[in-house]
Amino acid sequence: MTAQAIIQSLASGLLMGLLYGLIAVGLALIFGLMDVVNFAHGEFLMIAMYVSFFLFTFFAIDPLLSAPLVAAALFVLGAVVYLLVVRFAMRAKANAGMVQIFSTFGLAIVMRGLAQFFFTPDYRSIPQSWLGGKTISIAGIFLPEPQLMGALVSILAFAGLYVFINRTDFGRALEATREDPGAVALVGIDRNRVFALGWGLGAALVGLAGAIMASFFYIYPDVGASFALIAYVTVALGGFGSVFGAFAGGIVVGLVEATTALVLPPSLKSVGIYAVYLLVVFIRPRGLFGQM
Amino acid sequence: MDKRFAARRRRDLLIAAVLAGLAALAPLFVQDVYVQNILILTLMYAALSQSWNILSGYCGQISLGHALYFGIGAYATELLYTKFGVLPWFGMLAGGVIAAVIAMGLGYPFFRLRGHYFVIATIVIAEIGLLLFQNWEWAGAAMGITIPVRGDSWLKFQFLRSKLPYFYFALALCCVAWFVTWWLEDSKWGFWWRAVKDNPEAAESLGVVVFNSKMGAAAVSAFLVAIGGAFYAQFLAYIDPESVMGFQFSLLMALPAVLGGIGTLWGPVLGAAILIPMTELTRSYIGGSGRGVDLIVYGALIVAISLALPQGLVSLFSRSKAKGATR
Repeated sequence: MTAQAIIQSLASGLLMGLLYGLIAVGLALIFGLMDVVNFAHGEFLMIAMYVSFFLFTFFAIDPLLSAPLVAAALFVLGAVVYLLVVRFAMRAKANAGMVQIFSTFGLAIVMRGLAQFFFTPDYRSIPQSWLGGKTISIAGIFLPEPQLMGALVSILAFAGLYVFINRTDFGRALEATREDPGAVALVGIDRNRVFALGWGLGAALVGLAGAIMASFFYIYPDVGASFALIAYVTVALGGFGSVFGAFAGGIVVGLVEATTALVLPPSLKSVGIYAVYLLVVFIRPRGLFGQM
Repeated sequence: MDKRFAARRRRDLLIAAVLAGLAALAPLFVQDVYVQNILILTLMYAALSQSWNILSGYCGQISLGHALYFGIGAYATELLYTKFGVLPWFGMLAGGVIAAVIAMGLGYPFFRLRGHYFVIATIVIAEIGLLLFQNWEWAGAAMGITIPVRGDSWLKFQFLRSKLPYFYFALALCCVAWFVTWWLEDSKWGFWWRAVKDNPEAAESLGVVVFNSKMGAAAVSAFLVAIGGAFYAQFLAYIDPESVMGFQFSLLMALPAVLGGIGTLWGPVLGAAILIPMTELTRSYIGGSGRGVDLIVYGALIVAISLALPQGLVSLFSRSKAKGATR
């Protein structure tokens, strides 16, 4: 194994890791805001990929251009899911955790069924896009352009999120609600509205990831499941409740996956991710940046 | 001991005996193999869910990785049988013991984790197990193991002509799992578990050995689930990693208990009696088109029940006498 091959694989791992971070950040945001783990997160990703696919097929909009549209569509979906399902799950007085897990999980099954019903279980892909299939080479390292763009979008999204949370009124309301949902009502913040917008924002972020991924990944009703577990691991690795932990978690997951693929057969590459997760939480039971 | 609690326990035992008796008579009226199949699966999932409920319901350690123990039971039985000629009955026990030992081995680091970190760790460890079995050549890797046909025999736990022996074994397993739960509910362990679930710090300060009581729950739960896995392997006569260790089994063990009433004696049985026939019927009557209508109906029901009855279906029965009787 040459140094070249190792650098190549770490570079691809880093790009994929930044994308994993973008996939997971919505989950982290929602959890941080209201202690709810959205078990339909993978299905949000799946829907985003389909939206991107159909915008391309029917209106010939390139995935790169449609990304903001997909994010907007997912924002609406996220807010609607909060208003129709999660809002009621939050009211459960007994077994609150279980109710949240299984109501969002049931929702995930419904979304998968709907995707099968309307889009059929066929595998689809966007045949050609501006970036799809192209690579650029930097000092002999080949980087696929869609993943490179995904990494760039991810960095921009995290930077934007940082500014948003720290510099805007809504961002501060989000942060305040997360710290003390009871007290914010006293200063006139409508908790329900903040939660709905938080869900919208979380879904919009995974929407961005889905739009980018549509240009280089197969699109099918169960596609979310394979990324959902990685997203949970990413968030837990970074520490639940820490939005920027998801960024670090994503990078770690991407690099570990690439490294594992160097030493173990490709079919076992996820074992590395899972093993690192277990190792990290055994040493630090609240993840890298989580608060207890 | 509260008198009403004692009376309720006697009543539960009586109801269970009557239900088990009625279930044992069911094959007299049900000749249809398809329906018998559904009954067998329902009983099996009731038993599995009952076992899952011991760790996750009573002790409050939510596991979504019990597919690991199910798969270990199945694989231990079939590997011992096909490679070494050990009868499935012994393989089944061996699988149960291996699963219990693994559960305790994993419990040692896992029980330090809280909440979602614990849940994700259980999902992850089962995925690791699945991936390892998919790549383990000696154990058939992704191709799995076909159980050799040796004819009808209780000795070899294989029945080709009729499904009834499987039915009675599943019923027996269900009764055992129920009875173990019933017995543990009133034991020292049962009280410890409820204390650990409600408030581990307070329990610790009152002298409950929190860690050991979690380990005990994990071992009992894993042992029973592995027995279920061994049964399922013999029943299918074919196993591969995905079909005995896939994530769906972890869910199918958790769902009946959650829908029926988590941490309750009757929840898993009630949940399985409704959920499993519903799953099978929607799959065969509206799932045949492959268009996902069965998933839509199934998922919507899970959402509806979990939102409308957060304490599960059993809360419908105990509402009138909720105060004393539900502890």
